[in-house]
Amino acid sequence: MGKRWPVLLLATPILGLLVLPLIALALVSSPVDLAAGMGDPLFAPALWLSARTTVISLAIVVGTGTPLAWWLAVAPQGRTRMVELVVDLPIVMPPAVVGIALLQAFGRSGLFGGQLQILGLQIPFTTTAVVLAQVVVSAPFYVQAAAAAFRRVDQDLLIVGRTLGQSSRGAFLRIAVPLALPGLVGGAALAWARALGEFGATLLFAGNLSGTTQTMPLAIYMALESDVRVAIALSLVLAAVSVLLLFALRAAPSAWSLLHSATLGRSPRGTRGEGAA
Amino acid sequence: MSWRVEVRMRIGALQLDVDLEGADAPVALIGPNGSGKTTLLRTIAGAYRPDAGVMSIDGVDLFDSLTGLDLPPEARRVGYVPQGYGLFPHLSVLDNVAFGWMARTPRPTRDERLTHATHLLARVECVHLADRSPAGLSGGEQQRVALARALAVEPRMLLLDEPLAALDARARRVVRNYLADHLAERCAPALVVSHDLRDVRALGGPVYVIESGAVVQRGTADDLAAAPATEFVEAFFEG
Repeated sequence: MGKRWPVLLLATPILGLLVLPLIALALVSSPVDLAAGMGDPLFAPALWLSARTTVISLAIVVGTGTPLAWWLAVAPQGRTRMVELVVDLPIVMPPAVVGIALLQAFGRSGLFGGQLQILGLQIPFTTTAVVLAQVVVSAPFYVQAAAAAFRRVDQDLLIVGRTLGQSSRGAFLRIAVPLALPGLVGGAALAWARALGEFGATLLFAGNLSGTTQTMPLAIYMALESDVRVAIALSLVLAAVSVLLLFALRAAPSAWSLLHSATLGRSPRGTRGEGAA
Repeated sequence: MSWRVEVRMRIGALQLDVDLEGADAPVALIGPNGSGKTTLLRTIAGAYRPDAGVMSIDGVDLFDSLTGLDLPPEARRVGYVPQGYGLFPHLSVLDNVAFGWMARTPRPTRDERLTHATHLLARVECVHLADRSPAGLSGGEQQRVALARALAVEPRMLLLDEPLAALDARARRVVRNYLADHLAERCAPALVVSHDLRDVRALGGPVYVIESGAVVQRGTADDLAAAPATEFVEAFFEG
């Protein structure tokens, strides 16, 4: 028991490095500076664009990532290995590389540039590019978490559900999804946080145009050159969102089980008496 | 009412190659761990597709590799109770039992479903548990609720995977008798996996022994005890 202090001593520098910048960020800005920063013309469009694009990218990630995660969870491992690697790739790949790769795929002179031009579509340096960059960098976080949550669902429950009349889709929606929901929500929150903080791929693939592609991290980068107060105000908003998200994620499992037991403990639905009679 | 199951399939390391048949009396299925008992039950339920074989219950074909017939699990009307009972933890006891009525056509109203579920719970003397969470039930209660839920689809056949394994000795005695009486009274096919000689004797019907995915012996409990074909059977009936 008494021998733990050397370990803690060794851990102090890393703990300090994790905490001190956040403390400094909170202390450095006065309410007046904060109000001034929030009133800057950079602030509102960046906040609105980030909110809009991250909601859209999250919807795409959840809508397409959920079936993928389910497949990864139930298909034989031999078949899923390659796909798992592809899904994990954006986590280890530098965001700048993702940005360049997206440009090479969808840019004017990229792999699909010609076809997109024929269709009259331009993706780079548009809001669509912001969303695509966010989808690519955030999807792995959701898909990994969702696949792990689906793997924890007892396959026998799904077989039982099928024998009780549900199609495979019905068993998925009525059994697998509700049971995996805490994991799905956790994964979605992580993916959303990653999309909100996305910088490198967005800068290279979407550029930095106010109101169109300038999300909050890009606005922070811009503001540093003109007015640091705006950068700090934007940073504080992002930091506050991150901290709230973290607390929500930590509190989610216990809140979930509380809600679950409260729902199951609800009053009888007028059928108990009939059966007992 | 009779049933027949012939299954040939490879799943993972297991080569399953079995022929079973039965009538209204419950059939006990015994065998060492990993011999393919659970896989067989899941296959009859429709979770796995055999490479070859035939499955029919009461003249209704569920699977026939020659004609390509393969009814999906939801169309087979078999009641499957897995090890650990498989109650849905996110639903109340009543909603668990009502689940089997959700996919009916025409779709019953919620009130109709819950009324029907309450009647089924009454049959297993568990109406008082209707609003409880499955996690809060004893093993014996879970077993009864799972049985009531399986009965909701009016199954042609019941598949019970070690229905008494999770119970303590006292509950096991009570539930064993209850289950044997219930299956006898229901007078419909049932295939019951067991690891306990007393469970097999209580069921009173034919016994199949499978080892390494193949049937090694069949007969009444007395037949098997009198002339065990393998070391496993001998050890099983020595108790």
